[in-house]
Amino acid sequence: MSGDPAPLLELRRVTKSFGGLRSVDELDLDVREGEIVSLIGPNGAGKTTVFNLVTGIYTPDEGAIRLDGRDIAGLPPHKISQLGIARTFQTLRLFLNMTVKENVMAAAYGHTKAGVLRSVLRTPGMRREEREIERLAEERLAFFGDRLVGYRWEQPAYSLSYANRRRLEIARATAAKPKLLLLDEPAAGMNPVETHEMTELIGRLREEGGYTILVIEHDMHVVEGISDRVIALDHGEKIAEGTFDEVATDAGVVEAYLGSAGAERK
Amino acid sequence: MDPERDFSELPEPGEPGSPRVGVDEWVAQADQLEERPTGIAGVLHRVGEVVTPPLRLALFVAFAATLPLWLSTGDLFNYGIFVLLYVLLGLGLNVVVGFAGLLDLGYVAFFGFGAYFYALLSSEHYGIHWPAIVTVPLVVVSTACLGLLLGIPSRRLLGDYLAIVTLFFGQAFVVFVNATDPVVAGKGLTGGPNGIADIDPLSFFGFDVTTRTQQYYVLLVAAVLVLVALHFISESRTGRSLRSLREDPLAAGAVGIPVNRLKLLAFAIGSGIAGLTGCIFGTVLTAVTAGNFDIPILITIYAVVILGGFGSLSGVVVGATVITVSFQFLAPENPQSNARLLFYTVIVLVLALLVRSWWRLALVLAVTVALGLSVHAIVEAVAPSWTGGAVVEGGRFADAIGNWVLIPQEHANFGNFAYVTLVVAVLVLTQIRPSRRIFALPFVAYLAAVVWETSFVLQPAVARWILFGALLVVLMNVRPQGLLGTSRVEIV
Repeated sequence: MSGDPAPLLELRRVTKSFGGLRSVDELDLDVREGEIVSLIGPNGAGKTTVFNLVTGIYTPDEGAIRLDGRDIAGLPPHKISQLGIARTFQTLRLFLNMTVKENVMAAAYGHTKAGVLRSVLRTPGMRREEREIERLAEERLAFFGDRLVGYRWEQPAYSLSYANRRRLEIARATAAKPKLLLLDEPAAGMNPVETHEMTELIGRLREEGGYTILVIEHDMHVVEGISDRVIALDHGEKIAEGTFDEVATDAGVVEAYLGSAGAERK
Repeated sequence: MDPERDFSELPEPGEPGSPRVGVDEWVAQADQLEERPTGIAGVLHRVGEVVTPPLRLALFVAFAATLPLWLSTGDLFNYGIFVLLYVLLGLGLNVVVGFAGLLDLGYVAFFGFGAYFYALLSSEHYGIHWPAIVTVPLVVVSTACLGLLLGIPSRRLLGDYLAIVTLFFGQAFVVFVNATDPVVAGKGLTGGPNGIADIDPLSFFGFDVTTRTQQYYVLLVAAVLVLVALHFISESRTGRSLRSLREDPLAAGAVGIPVNRLKLLAFAIGSGIAGLTGCIFGTVLTAVTAGNFDIPILITIYAVVILGGFGSLSGVVVGATVITVSFQFLAPENPQSNARLLFYTVIVLVLALLVRSWWRLALVLAVTVALGLSVHAIVEAVAPSWTGGAVVEGGRFADAIGNWVLIPQEHANFGNFAYVTLVVAVLVLTQIRPSRRIFALPFVAYLAAVVWETSFVLQPAVARWILFGALLVVLMNVRPQGLLGTSRVEIV
């Protein structure tokens, strides 16, 4: 991160309002290649809205969103995904009635080609591609050790436990071959051991997968364990940015979380 | 949580001594732990495990191909041809509703469009007689394009809204086709209520498909081709993405699946299959009228897909067979002995599904028979006029029934009262504790038999719909996902 290489993801004065409420207000945000950046803030601060803006679910009212210098604001979600951004959801959104492996295989759509006609004719190229998709899915699932392998491949996703559903969502996101991975509260609802495992996993995603990661997380142990940089939001505005220690001790952040009385007591 | 706690002290997951939290090993043994279904459901379950899709197709083809050898021409038309027509229609609808999850209530209009378009290009109506080898592909492609055309404005609509728009489209088609007044405007484009008659038979390379057997085999080939094609699509990238957009369109978009384009594709494939079926349907009937493409057909196609299970290809075949055959058995013009056979089979099947253990089922059946015999004997001794009625259409089975079921000689409203009592009894049955339900079953079953023999047998046209509805209600309670469906259905 020496010098100033162009950031992988760049938000400039991005604004999004719902009715009269400015959910995201003139937000500037950079994520550089290879970084793990955490987005924190109280509930309703606009964190998930930022994710929805970046992934194309919402279009920003104003401002620019650039991936690798290319403006992606207003593109449909699948285009943005194909350009290299994949995400997980805070409220899990798996394809519950499909098998575990199919969930991951479905995410290979953006970088595979076989059309309807080739599928019906089962051309050699199509079958080769199918094998590649299957291998990709198995490899992505194997990333989670013995949690999502073997007999689980053919089980429907709804049979998975909560923690495994979170893992499957991450596996599915990585199967889209993204450069940037957006994780929305990956440790929510997990017990301490699973949370610890998730912290390490996010580190491994960068080391072994080579992904740049932007993560929303409430669990401060996770945030502390993974972040190169932390950005705090409140009322849609950036209130602090820096290392974990800088942000965690920032008076504005403490006030946002605990209210002004809490900040005084501190 | 203790902020000072150092998680690095904990052993890594998977190391010896690590807590086994989250490594839910009982899931690993799920197959052993799973409660094996017993009774009829268990038998079906085990059969389903052994028979793989290619074997299923082979069995189906082997059976279907021999059908013309032992069915009369009339039966081949009523059963064979109509089963296959509904198989094709169900397969097309299954792409739209079962794979992609789009509730399309205008589906039957594409079927009608295909039939009418073929009729316009190959009949005396305009004196155009294009060969089928040109017409059929043209009709299939045009119907698929019509599907696209309806899909484009509808692709952003979800659930109920899509259902309303497509239902409107379906009705608009019927109205449009019926609009020409033959007295004022002559035959017009569609012939109005008279429809289009004298449609050319399908003909390939100079070979005319005219006899019922030939038509049947053409349908069989079409059904098998569509089945195989859809199976391959279902197992491909396209099939997975269609299913993922049924499961969660937002998540599908987020992993790179172009949701709107795939919706259009599903519409196009589904309508194309409906158009193909329309062509064949027109040539089989040699005439088309708007009534062939109205709501009752739509309901029947939906029933086929629901009964078989949304998203299941073999389910469509099973659903089409069950529904067409039972409809024919119950048809007013067919002998009542068939309908009676079907009725008692359904009663035994329902009991078997509810009881789920062989010896209990035998017990319930024995009690039901004994109950009937004793009721009949007692009533005959006390008030003979209540058992003096004759069974409709004789035969050995019917005679046995006559000695078992109460059929009064006069007492005109007896059947109606029995019917109302039956409805109440079934409602009560659903409300009592499951452990006690088994004691009530013989009474309800016997009552149902009484209602059948005194009331339904005399009004087959009404009875078929009531029985059909009851069948679906029972199925939806026992197996909400349909006979061969696999989707988990949340019941709230």
